[in-house]
Amino acid sequence: MKKQNAVRGAVASPYLVWTLLFIVAPLLFVLWFAFTDASGAFSLESIKGLSTYGRTFVMSIGFSLIATVVCFLIGYPLAYCMSKASARSRSLLLVLLMLPMWTSLLVRTYALMALLDNGGIISNALSGIGLLKDQHLNFIGTEGAVILGMIYDFLPYMVLPIYTSMTKLDVRYIEAANDLGCNGLQTMFRVILPLTRPGIVSGLTMVFVPSISTFYISQKLGGGSFDLIGDTIERQFQNAVTYNTGAAISLVMMVLILISIGIMNRFTDSQEVVVR
Amino acid sequence: MNKDVLIRLNGISKSYDGETVLDNMDLEIHDKEFITLLGPSGCGKTTTLRIIGGFETPDTGDVFFNGERINDMPPYQRQVNTVFQRYALFPHLNVFDNIAFGLRVRKTPSEEIRTKVKEMLALVNLRGFEKRKVTTLSGGQQQRVAIARALVNQPKVLLLDEPLAALDLKLRKDMQVELKNIQQTTGITFVFVTHDQEEALSMSDTVVVMANGRIQQIGTPTDIYNEPVNAFVADFIGESNILDGVMRKDFAVRFAGHDFVCVDGGFGENEAVDVVIRPEDVDVVAPEKGMLKGDVTGVTFKGVHYEIIVDVEGFKWMIQSTDYVAEGQTIGLSIDPDAIHIMKKSEFSGMFGDYSSFSDEFDKLDKLPEEDAEESEEE
Amino acid sequence: MKNVSRIYMTLIFLLLYAPILVVIFFSFNEAESLSHFEGFSLSWYAELFEDDEALTALRNSLILAVVSSLSATVLGVIAAFAIDRTKRKWVARAMESVSNIPMMNPDIVTGVSMMLLFVGIAAIIHSQPFLGVWTMIVAHTTFNLPYVILSVLPKFREMDRSLSEAALDLGCTPFKTFFRVELPYILPGAISGMMISFALSLDDFVISHFVSSPDFRTLPLYIYNQTVHDVKFSMYALCTLIVFAVLAVLIVVNVTGSFRASRQRRKAGQRQ
Repeated sequence: MKKQNAVRGAVASPYLVWTLLFIVAPLLFVLWFAFTDASGAFSLESIKGLSTYGRTFVMSIGFSLIATVVCFLIGYPLAYCMSKASARSRSLLLVLLMLPMWTSLLVRTYALMALLDNGGIISNALSGIGLLKDQHLNFIGTEGAVILGMIYDFLPYMVLPIYTSMTKLDVRYIEAANDLGCNGLQTMFRVILPLTRPGIVSGLTMVFVPSISTFYISQKLGGGSFDLIGDTIERQFQNAVTYNTGAAISLVMMVLILISIGIMNRFTDSQEVVVR
Repeated sequence: MNKDVLIRLNGISKSYDGETVLDNMDLEIHDKEFITLLGPSGCGKTTTLRIIGGFETPDTGDVFFNGERINDMPPYQRQVNTVFQRYALFPHLNVFDNIAFGLRVRKTPSEEIRTKVKEMLALVNLRGFEKRKVTTLSGGQQQRVAIARALVNQPKVLLLDEPLAALDLKLRKDMQVELKNIQQTTGITFVFVTHDQEEALSMSDTVVVMANGRIQQIGTPTDIYNEPVNAFVADFIGESNILDGVMRKDFAVRFAGHDFVCVDGGFGENEAVDVVIRPEDVDVVAPEKGMLKGDVTGVTFKGVHYEIIVDVEGFKWMIQSTDYVAEGQTIGLSIDPDAIHIMKKSEFSGMFGDYSSFSDEFDKLDKLPEEDAEESEEE
Repeated sequence: MKNVSRIYMTLIFLLLYAPILVVIFFSFNEAESLSHFEGFSLSWYAELFEDDEALTALRNSLILAVVSSLSATVLGVIAAFAIDRTKRKWVARAMESVSNIPMMNPDIVTGVSMMLLFVGIAAIIHSQPFLGVWTMIVAHTTFNLPYVILSVLPKFREMDRSLSEAALDLGCTPFKTFFRVELPYILPGAISGMMISFALSLDDFVISHFVSSPDFRTLPLYIYNQTVHDVKFSMYALCTLIVFAVLAVLIVVNVTGSFRASRQRRKAGQRQ
């Protein structure tokens, strides 16, 4: 028995070493950088300095909450409609949904930019039909554009897990609800919504987490006028002097996200993991 | 019977998380015999089998194979093969490759493998099934493949862990006969684990009745049925009325308020004993002619006979009779001396043998949760 | 009701695809304009294929995806095996949670933490920062690892333990048992884990952004670099190609999937 354990340990060791070296150690380095200064001495300066980023945090959380809620409001009915479609159209719809998910975020954001940009399609179209007289409408740089970018980029991540739990839903529950006197809307709120909760929770997580940490969307669509947490972190790592601040902000964001995932998971018993 | 001891278990104990599963167990298994470990869920029979197979190591005690201590020998070096409870056929291999598995691991020439697998398929009546996927086979067919896969390695001993449990009744009866035939043709020692007493009685040379991690009785099926050593064995094997009695002297016993002549002796004078009377050994007679008198409280038609529950001064007897009696009727019971079996008092005295709350369903209800408990504990 | 749902789906998918369709359309525009289509042309594609940097980036992306998905699969299978065989439940759960960290954390945090690891180690051993192809491979393997575990672990969990015991019983050493019985059993999980890893690795921008150096640039990094300043029409061409490549893969996966399903259905029919 002892020998078996030793063998098992030896087999598992590459994985354990890898985990310690490349999953645990990096997080320790974040901690270390967050609590030191550029010279490597212990310091709370970076943590204290975070108060200047209060506005950034509030704005990031606000934007990503709005994006998450809107994604849910659009995505839940979409998932429901998809799950009701015939088997053949379901597989087509699924391909349509997955295509943007597997197309690079950069490509999608860039494409959206082509639509919203000064001299972009919308602006051109509006002036084309005479609504804009020789002036260009630039959506880039507005709050709306950034939030729209988040919604547009991450909507499929909301739909897919909800759709999955809808298709797993046993039709007999719905029939039972109808049998017991629920009309369509009552069935939706009393049966379907609670039973698809695991999908909802992972959908919310899968939109909220990338929204709050994005920097490409805000760089491109925000036109540089909106500094979200992601942008702030990214900028700190352009230059070795500000690594410590960057680590401190990353640390706070990580804790923030862990807390929100923790809260969300309280709403579901299932151990469903966030996958795309 | 050949009396060469092939496997000897010496003072084996095993516990999981502080719960004793096997308690100081001794057992000898002889060459070429069909031995069955019989007992309810959680009695330790499967653990015993797994210790012989090498999947568990005993906490204390030794396992000997042909006189050699094999406690630390891994399963792949033992001359023992197993037919697993849910067959454990490899889903990624077809029937031929499943059976050939053990031979290939031992690097047998492929020509020889082909011949041997063919032989085995013939033995288990599966000619022509070579290319079939195992997942497309019925339960009975999978069972046969599992047996062939084990036997093709020509083990000294074949271990069978409740191999028939997943089959339906009809198929189970057929397989019982077939297994016995295979055992006799191959001359391999079979160690068979079951909780089904009928299976044990009809197939085995030797039955080992186990309860609470201990062996209760070892003997031929006839011995076990006719001469149970304690209330547990009497109750577990067949139906039994078990009464408190006092041995007056040799060949005289008092129970149910009467003195009876019996054929057992060798007990102390006025020693308290358990008395077993099989339901089929009680004759129904007119009330005034009976040794005992009672009221019929239940009658169930069972096809071959009626099962009659009779209340004799508060103790409910079960009687099997081909004659119909009506519920509420008063009848007399007559018992021959050789129908009375006397046993020493044991830890099981008073736990079994009264049919006052008897019901088939209760029996099943009682068993279900226990079985679950055993599964999780032995995983 | 049917119509409402059809209209709703059409509307949302149109909105979802509008930007992509526009980009595809104008990538064939002769002029560098998003308003006037002045004739069909492949000039932007030609420009793209003359760009050595783009081709190198594509090659780098493929190399990285192959290497990191293979190594993640090997590590992930070992990890799932170790997690499954760990007797103490809380240890197994802890191992699983730690492995999941790169999947739960935002990519930016994973990227930043890996970068700090490499920078920190370089500082400790007083070497030059060594960001490049090796740090990319390590980072990609690490963030792919949880996805492999996620698709392999259930296979190990559902596997009947007596299958392994049967192999031992039939003469396999534990080592042979793994390769002859356990590995074939979990193989479908390992393959789908590998495919997911491959795709994630090709797609990743954020983590690569932090652990890369200019001498090993992947396709997403190249796109990022090209789009920092102004609009480039050759990027529209590249976007179009990427969308069609993804579409092709999805269709192949979907068609083989339904092909398999229909074959199974036919088999089931034959047996009846």
